[in-house]
Amino acid sequence: MSATVSIPTILRTHTGGEKQVKAEGTTLQEVITDLEANHPGIKDRLVTDGALHRFVNVYVNDEDVRFTGGLDAQVPDGGTVTILPAVAGGSR
Amino acid sequence: MIRADLVEQMVAHARRDHPDEACGILAGPDDGSDRPERFVPMENAERSPTFYRFDSMEQLKVYKAMDANDEIPVVVYHSHTATEPYPSRTDISLAQEPFAHYVLVGTRDPEEHELRSYRIVDGEVTEEEVQVVENYMFSHTGASDVPDQVDPARP
Repeated sequence: MSATVSIPTILRTHTGGEKQVKAEGTTLQEVITDLEANHPGIKDRLVTDGALHRFVNVYVNDEDVRFTGGLDAQVPDGGTVTILPAVAGGSR
Repeated sequence: MIRADLVEQMVAHARRDHPDEACGILAGPDDGSDRPERFVPMENAERSPTFYRFDSMEQLKVYKAMDANDEIPVVVYHSHTATEPYPSRTDISLAQEPFAHYVLVGTRDPEEHELRSYRIVDGEVTEEEVQVVENYMFSHTGASDVPDQVDPARP
């Protein structure tokens, strides 16, 4: 079960500059574990205390995983996982 | 360096959404030219006078379109509607586009807007000078008879 993962600019230091990498897994959790095995350090940028970072957006086949189970979201074979940094801030 | 029409569109967006913060992107070619070309106003999913966040689904759509066009977010802008247009602690800790110019539009004065630009990398803020130009022709190539770019991204 293989997925294509799109890596945002800020995390490409972990993938040798690659914009897209392959990862194995049937859930987002498994995909991230496999990513970490090949691109050490990337998991900490995505997950804290067993949950996705609040200011990272992750999409499986263009669905925001916040609404489809978070780390338990299913990743179909041949699916796409897109990671985008949230663009946010505030005046306080 | 930024085109005056793009500044006008950012300021108009900030005025329209005042007193809530407005936010968006200026996309430009991913060719090292560091030149904003295309105005992309974004929904502030927070609809707040003190916080902004791109709507996640709109952001996905916009980022995919930029990818397909070989564009990057050259500028990420947002407004501060009651405070100085300087990156707040929140702005700094959440900045995740190391190559973007973070432009802040201040709308606390109803007559005169403020416009400032920063790099925010690893928590470090560097203010940069903003040069507003009518167009980018003749301003970069050094060849006075060759336009740098004829703005293919604009409809």
